[in-house]
Amino acid sequence: MEFLSDIASLINSTLRISTPLVFAAMAGIFAERSGVIDFSLEGKMLMAAFVAAVGSYYLGNPWLGLLLAIIVCVCLSMLHGFASVTHKGDQVVSCVAINILIIGLTTALAAAWFGQAGLTPTLNEEQRFLEINLPFADSVRDIPIIGTLYSDILSGHYVFVYLAYLSVPIVFWIVFKTSFGLRLRAVGENPSAVDTAGINVFAMRYKALAVNGVLIAFAGAHLSTAVNANFFREMSAGRGYLALAAMIFGKWHPKTALIACLLFGFTDALQIRLQGVELPAIGEIPVQLIQAIPYILTVVLLAGFVGKAIAPNAIGQPYIKER
Amino acid sequence: MVSPILELTNINKSFGHVQANKNINLKINKGTIHGIIGENGAGKSTLMSIVFGLYQANSGSIKINGKEINLRSPRDSIVNGIGMVHQHFMLVENFTVLENIILGFEGETVFGEKLANAKKDLEKLCKTYNFNIDLDATIADLSVGFRQRVEILKSLYRGAEILILDEPTGVLTPQEVDELFKILRSLKDEGKTIVLITHKLIEIMDLTSEVSVMRQGEMVGHTKTKDTNKEQLAEMMVGRSVLLRVDKKEIKKGEVIFKVNNLSVKDDLDVARVKNINLEIRSGEILGIAGVTGNGQTELLEALSGIRKVESGNIQLFGEKISDQDNFLNPRMLKEKGLAHVPEDRQRMGLISDFKAHENLIFGYHDQEPFSKSAVLNSQEITEYSSKIMQEYDVRPNSPNLITSNFSGGNQQKIILSRELNENPKVLLVGQPTRGVDIGAIEFIHQRLIDMRDRGAAILLASVELDEILSLSDRIIVMFDGKIVGEKENKNVTDRELGLLMAGVA
Repeated sequence: MEFLSDIASLINSTLRISTPLVFAAMAGIFAERSGVIDFSLEGKMLMAAFVAAVGSYYLGNPWLGLLLAIIVCVCLSMLHGFASVTHKGDQVVSCVAINILIIGLTTALAAAWFGQAGLTPTLNEEQRFLEINLPFADSVRDIPIIGTLYSDILSGHYVFVYLAYLSVPIVFWIVFKTSFGLRLRAVGENPSAVDTAGINVFAMRYKALAVNGVLIAFAGAHLSTAVNANFFREMSAGRGYLALAAMIFGKWHPKTALIACLLFGFTDALQIRLQGVELPAIGEIPVQLIQAIPYILTVVLLAGFVGKAIAPNAIGQPYIKER
Repeated sequence: MVSPILELTNINKSFGHVQANKNINLKINKGTIHGIIGENGAGKSTLMSIVFGLYQANSGSIKINGKEINLRSPRDSIVNGIGMVHQHFMLVENFTVLENIILGFEGETVFGEKLANAKKDLEKLCKTYNFNIDLDATIADLSVGFRQRVEILKSLYRGAEILILDEPTGVLTPQEVDELFKILRSLKDEGKTIVLITHKLIEIMDLTSEVSVMRQGEMVGHTKTKDTNKEQLAEMMVGRSVLLRVDKKEIKKGEVIFKVNNLSVKDDLDVARVKNINLEIRSGEILGIAGVTGNGQTELLEALSGIRKVESGNIQLFGEKISDQDNFLNPRMLKEKGLAHVPEDRQRMGLISDFKAHENLIFGYHDQEPFSKSAVLNSQEITEYSSKIMQEYDVRPNSPNLITSNFSGGNQQKIILSRELNENPKVLLVGQPTRGVDIGAIEFIHQRLIDMRDRGAAILLASVELDEILSLSDRIIVMFDGKIVGEKENKNVTDRELGLLMAGVA
């Protein structure tokens, strides 16, 4: 039975750890399907974490913190759009600028407002999201298999976890079953075709970036107002990049991107479990090596196992209408 | 008196300093096929892009059926019954035909009923015009001819009464051109108005009832097609009389100096593009390669010129093996052995467009005397040389310090030719020498190639322009799907014969 509960807790943490990755990957799909590279997922996630924590601290309600985070992230996305869509700047450079700006800004603002560089005050229970116990979770726990599945795996997560997995079918539906999705995909493949169909290419890309901003805010808020009770320096810890890798690994498709996110989440959950555990025949693995697993996996997967990732055709190219 | 369905008055449009359209006036009558002819860069496409709402004119007015309209985007034009088939198709390659056609005109937020209706309507349209298109096929799987039909279908579905086609035949085989013209004639019979933009005189004579001629951004004449002829139109296009036929002496064939044995080549995506090709060229001979774009000509030329790896087989120059799968000479070594290459894509491979003309003129020879001494460029020598050779090759303007991208396509091509021909190569590989080049320059370039041949060079000419192949070559091979599917002495060969081979059906 202990083995079973080990597995259950591993799956449980996989779901939790993958959550910000899923939000970020979905956000990335919107931007990149429209032809705009989004390296700034990392920075926006960090900013969202900061804004959500600070907003929730002052306003006393985590939902208001989330709302603020959404507003700020949409603004950042618009900034990215202004530089790279309207003014046709280099998209990667624009993202890098945003990322660097935010690392500095969050640290400096925290220092100015709370006297601690890169740290916000701890949120109390009112100010943060709590784990949701699904109805009857306690009473059905002892039923074999189903009980474990329901009580230990499905129940007891933060609201963001449920929202993240709910977002995947919704994103799929929007991208593939609506006219907005058709235009979104077209604008990333051949913007000229979209233009000659009488659709404004720039407006389409801005719309895609706005959705991107909303989704990435959830990832940040999850970090600072749910799993943690405050913001700390560089707390996004490369998750934005990891999500980008998952999205590419998933070939810009919500379903496969989800699988990639779960895979990354799983290796992370596994490395936490493995720390300090004596493995038969091998002994204790150095913690640094274990921690490196998700990143090594990323490199290996992207370098070889995925096959050729076919990006949207017009990605990274500003649309220039007149020669 | 027929009233014009489309009337343009005093249209002006500039891009930066370049005025692409100057005071254009044009009347197009309903139910006609109206040709607009002019050289590349004469402003035809710009003018029609303005009518389609893609570009906005700086001044002037556009009337449809006598009513003035304001076109801010293609949507306005489409709503007013204007459709356009662009030279480069405006299709999303990984979408289906259906998705491409409804794009922008979905009529519903979530796909459902309207999509089903659209499909039914389109099936009906296909039947009416005998289009034979599978609406669920992905564009990437369709041939160029079919993609063009999708574009026409798209315009018709969106309610086009005026259909503009921009250089529609450039990528088609002669048979596909026949099909297209049949479609256009039947559209005309139904009362649609067709505007045909082209630089090919023969198409104007074949298809149109009225023709307008543009030169350097200006409209220089309108006439009924039956009141004019090719020579007259060519003169209007260029502004002086032009020789449409190439004068060619009888061939003085020499030794085989260039030979290709069982050559196979792959492209960047590892797809076999040249499959087991054998060919030989004699001194004093032009061997033409005909074929629809993308049938391996590009990769063949690249392999022969030393910029693409040979997968198997070998290449011989003067009986000496110069390349096989294990070792191949790079372009510089080939140049020293007397092989010159005028690449297909002059913007990407023939020139550095941001460099000055004189830099491009000596590129590849820049480290040799007298252009440089001890690794230092001798700018005086270079400028003098450039000025002299630009004179000789009639590059206009003769300003060696002008940035190359500011020259017209024809003059850029002359810059490359002068560089490659100046060393008197023994073997010359030429790809699409007159793509995007004006008639005047075509005449000049063709004459230069003939001169080279008469002096005993072996020339390999790859071109998608059948006229060019037919008028220059002594012998013609046709490539289809990476293979040579036909070889003919150029005597009494017709473009139809070649067309069948090019389509892979003969």
